[in-house]
Amino acid sequence: MAALDSDSDEDLVSYGKGLEPLEEGERPKKPIPLQDQTVRDEKGRYKRFHGAFSGGFSAGYFNTVGSKEGWTPSTFVSSRQNRADKSVLGPEDFMDEEDLSEFGIAPKAIVTTDDFASKTKDRLQEKARQLAAAAAPIPGAMLLDDLITPAKLSVGFELLRKMGWKEGQGVGPRVKRRPRRQKPDPGVKIYGCALPPRGSEGSEDEDDDYLPDNVTFAPKDVTPVDFTPKDNVHGLAYKGLDPHQALFGTPGEHLNFLGGGSEGASNLLGNVGLSKGRKLGISGQAFGVGALEEEDDDIYATETLSKYDTVLKDEEPGDGLYGWTAPRQYRNQKEPERDLRYIGKILDGFSLASKPLSSKKLYPPPQLPRDYRPVHYFRPVVPATSENSHLLQVLSESSGKAGQDPGTYSRHQLNASKRGQLLGETPIQGSATSVLEFLSQKDRERIKEMKQVSDLKAAQAKARSLAQNAASSRLQSSTPDLGHCSQHPTLGSWSAATRASNFKPFAKDPEKQRRYEEFLAHMKEGQKDALERCLDPSMTEWERGREREEFARAAQLYVSSHVTLSSRFTHAKEEDDSDQVEVPRDQENDINDKQSAVKMKMFGKLTRDTFEWHPDKLLCKRFNVPDPYPGSTLVGLPRVKRDKYSVFNFLTLPEPTSLPTKPVSSEKGQQQHGSDKSRKLSRWDTSKLERKEDSISEFLSLARSKVGPPKQESSPLVNKEEERVPESLSDKTVDKGAASQPEGEGSRPSMDLFKAIFASSSDGKSSSSEEEQDDSENDQEGTEEANFQSSQEVAMVESAVTHTAEPVPCEPAAPFPIQKIQIDEREEFGPRLPPVFCPNTRQKLETPQREKHKKNKEKHKMKKEHRRKREKKKKHKKHKHKSKQKNKKPEKSSSESSDSSDSRSDEEETADLSPRELLRRLKCFPLRKQ
Amino acid sequence: MAFPEPRPQAPELPQKLLKTLDCGQGAVRAVRFNVDGNYCLTCGSDKTLKLWNPLRGTLLRTYSGHGYEVLDAASSIDNSSLCSGGGDKTVVLWDVASGQVVRKFRGHAGKVNTVQFNEEATVILSGSIDSSIRCWDCRSRKPEPVQKLEEARDGISSVKVSDHEILAGSVDGRVRRYDLRMGQLFSDYIGSPITCTCFSRDGQCTLVSSLDSTLRLLDKDTGELLGEYTGHKNQQYKLDCCLNERDTHVISCSENGKVFFWDLVEGALVLALPVGSSVVQSLAYHPTEPCLLTAMGGSIQCWREEKEGGAG
Repeated sequence: MAALDSDSDEDLVSYGKGLEPLEEGERPKKPIPLQDQTVRDEKGRYKRFHGAFSGGFSAGYFNTVGSKEGWTPSTFVSSRQNRADKSVLGPEDFMDEEDLSEFGIAPKAIVTTDDFASKTKDRLQEKARQLAAAAAPIPGAMLLDDLITPAKLSVGFELLRKMGWKEGQGVGPRVKRRPRRQKPDPGVKIYGCALPPRGSEGSEDEDDDYLPDNVTFAPKDVTPVDFTPKDNVHGLAYKGLDPHQALFGTPGEHLNFLGGGSEGASNLLGNVGLSKGRKLGISGQAFGVGALEEEDDDIYATETLSKYDTVLKDEEPGDGLYGWTAPRQYRNQKEPERDLRYIGKILDGFSLASKPLSSKKLYPPPQLPRDYRPVHYFRPVVPATSENSHLLQVLSESSGKAGQDPGTYSRHQLNASKRGQLLGETPIQGSATSVLEFLSQKDRERIKEMKQVSDLKAAQAKARSLAQNAASSRLQSSTPDLGHCSQHPTLGSWSAATRASNFKPFAKDPEKQRRYEEFLAHMKEGQKDALERCLDPSMTEWERGREREEFARAAQLYVSSHVTLSSRFTHAKEEDDSDQVEVPRDQENDINDKQSAVKMKMFGKLTRDTFEWHPDKLLCKRFNVPDPYPGSTLVGLPRVKRDKYSVFNFLTLPEPTSLPTKPVSSEKGQQQHGSDKSRKLSRWDTSKLERKEDSISEFLSLARSKVGPPKQESSPLVNKEEERVPESLSDKTVDKGAASQPEGEGSRPSMDLFKAIFASSSDGKSSSSEEEQDDSENDQEGTEEANFQSSQEVAMVESAVTHTAEPVPCEPAAPFPIQKIQIDEREEFGPRLPPVFCPNTRQKLETPQREKHKKNKEKHKMKKEHRRKREKKKKHKKHKHKSKQKNKKPEKSSSESSDSSDSRSDEEETADLSPRELLRRLKCFPLRKQ
Repeated sequence: MAFPEPRPQAPELPQKLLKTLDCGQGAVRAVRFNVDGNYCLTCGSDKTLKLWNPLRGTLLRTYSGHGYEVLDAASSIDNSSLCSGGGDKTVVLWDVASGQVVRKFRGHAGKVNTVQFNEEATVILSGSIDSSIRCWDCRSRKPEPVQKLEEARDGISSVKVSDHEILAGSVDGRVRRYDLRMGQLFSDYIGSPITCTCFSRDGQCTLVSSLDSTLRLLDKDTGELLGEYTGHKNQQYKLDCCLNERDTHVISCSENGKVFFWDLVEGALVLALPVGSSVVQSLAYHPTEPCLLTAMGGSIQCWREEKEGGAG
């Protein structure tokens, strides 16, 4: 609409959205007629209005009743059976749900009733407002309103507010000391003369500044509500005449004064009050001017000048506006001023003193001497033992009171240990952790001796000095000796003196410290007059006494503190191994050589690592397999503790291996073999296997003298095998079987295995080695063999090993110790293969096949030699592989056996081994299975 | 025992496509025969595990409960339960008949690449990308594994179990064989990341496939190389390999859509079976018959030998 008529004037503000212009020929829409405006309830049903109440009980399908037929009870339950617990129906049971809704006649929700709502909102108004807001140009206006309306407040607040209270202010009538300026004094006129002005303006200001500390003030602009009950029949706010006031001026004035009547006006405006002061008579609002009244100007309203401020100034600052948080200037007034300002409270008959009372005289505390020590020390107790009984005697003589029974000491004279003793406690054991504990028995005894001697001496010395002191103390009564002389016995102890020696209590005063040390030294030597000697002779008697005391105390203090400290701490129960870490004992070796091995397709020993591995017991159970390590609680790979910060942890290099250092003769190999085996077995599950090993070695040593035949006798199994070999050399199955069988059993530590190993493949080896070890050559042959072997091996090694140390001397005997060391190392760290090993050997042997170079080598040698020699060669091979085999004895054995088989096969067919051999082997598999 | 068996007849190779099943479970991550070879399991990338009769091509049951794709599955010897592991790092033990999850083993820190029952289905062994093998006890209610085998330095790609051995291939290029009876661990260095390992049926050899597109047949006891098989392509994926039912041939998946057959002994490529154009993800060989299952994409193929009569 606004838009329609405001085509010309732009400054008209238009509200709302203009109606769209009517189309031609269109008739304006008719508003919905009243009868068509319907009200529906939340279910979409028509809502009818019944009578006066919104709900009503009119039956009807659409309104209240659930069915077309009318009202039917939803469920009829006979109440005959359970009449007892039938509940009484209330009116709610018959009401509709609409009645119980928010706007029904019995709303269920608990709402603040209007009486208590913080801001009683007229509902209609509210609605109107909302409508208005909807139509308003600024949509947010409503919101703003809501923001501004205060939060809900309780009725109490509301009431208080109505009474003029504001937060942070006090409640109640405002009582002023000088209300005349601020407060109209309704209905009371001043009679009599005003008081003479008190003080100057300045003092007035000061007065204004006065602020009681713990009072908050009611706001100024509020007239306090009078709570005095109305008990008369006068009109509201009527105040009758006070006869006293009306008739006699003075008492009223007095009252006025005390009650804080107006008086400031007089000060400000000259003696206005004075002129009126003489007026006597009745004045009051309700009355006219009395007969005695001269003036009748302000009858109905006492318009006094005191009502007005005559000075332009800010509000009184200190007045009720500040509570505890008043600015500093108001709070930090000096006391006396306040007192003065409190004049109004001075009682009759009293007057302010003209000068303040002289304050109580303060006496400063006594000056402490420069080196006063606020420490109390206890007189040491001399236990009554046989040793020092005479000392006690002396003491008792000298002091007249020493040597009491310990039990009779007062509480303060006992130390903790004494008390504990009395109570029968067991002494704390911690003190046992003295240095002495770490000494050997002999040393300890020596010390004890010394101590006894020195103790004795010291005790004697003390006794003597005590006696002297006692004597002297009688002479000079002023000496403070009595205290310290009884301390001396404790100082005499050897340990005390020594320990105290590195404790420098007087470090500040080097001279004194020197004397102290001297004193200690004397003490240690058990000199009698230790103290006397070391003291400075130039000092006064008193100083000496004091120093003596100090020294004694210092020595004692140190000792006792040491003891108490040591009694509090104890040794760690477990080793602190923070600098150790658990690492798997066996590490997979460096992959460098493995990679090269893989490149050359030399799988097998070069690429294989074998570890001892402990399966969980439960796992074995579930797999139906006996626990391979029945005794051990270990699970997984065995672990060892290593230095956390050891360099070796950061080296990926495998530990020194046998091969590089290897110039080992075959015997060594043998020996190592044996020890290795025992090692391996015994490390974690020791006993039995090791013993077996020993027996085996014995057996070997026994057997070594006779090379061939005894072995075969010893193990029939081996025997068979050997027989078979020559027979069916070509037969791969047998070969394979022989090779793999020992392998399979190899890692199992059993007697049979060892027999098999030693008997079948390495008997010659073992014999030779044994011989050499014994140094007694029974067998000429054996030695020869050994020599031969060793020399051969050395050659091999030299050729094969690139980066090894020096080749080992050829003599069989020499390498022994070296070898042993090597073994140990191997045990520790495991062997490592030299990367260049293979190519060299190949070159040397100049064999066409690269894969089975070892075989070739063997072949080569074997051709010329017998079985024995073959065996030797095997040893050779073994040497080479020693590094790999380090950990696994059984493996070695298997390898040997396989080698032997290889050699045999080699004998037959020389050249094209590898593929065919493979094939054969492969084909044997099924057979072997069976 | 000592006598060689009569020369085996030339084995038939499964090269006739019998059936192609569209599994409808996303990519088939693995296909596995059950113990007797009558049924097969397919592990889908849609978190389901399905049990099929591959010969008839009927879907028997779908097992859902994994939170991520299923990577491997195995069935127990009595066919009463299944286990599976997947990308949700859990190992699940299923009841075959009801299709319910019996137990869920949580503990792996990474996705579970491979699962195996032990011989009696009392323990589940699971190998995970977290470089551990965990042995879960099916009998007790303990949530922790019986033992953790943490020797590997990299993820475990393959685990196989015999009656007393656990064979595990790891991405660190080693094949580890845990011998429970001997209480020893044999670690063979191969060099290239291992994708799959398996025992030969006679238990004497291990077949190892690695990412250098090579399969190697190793002597189990000594670790010596018995044969090498090349020609296929395996450079990226974890592909399966196996031996045929009589250990005469070595079979491997390939990334070029074929399945390769080599003669075990000669090492010669016998057959390159074209399966499809994409990667053959998984394969399973029937335990007793020349029957091969391959998985490519979202479907599996069932291959039989040429001869019709041979089918059991």
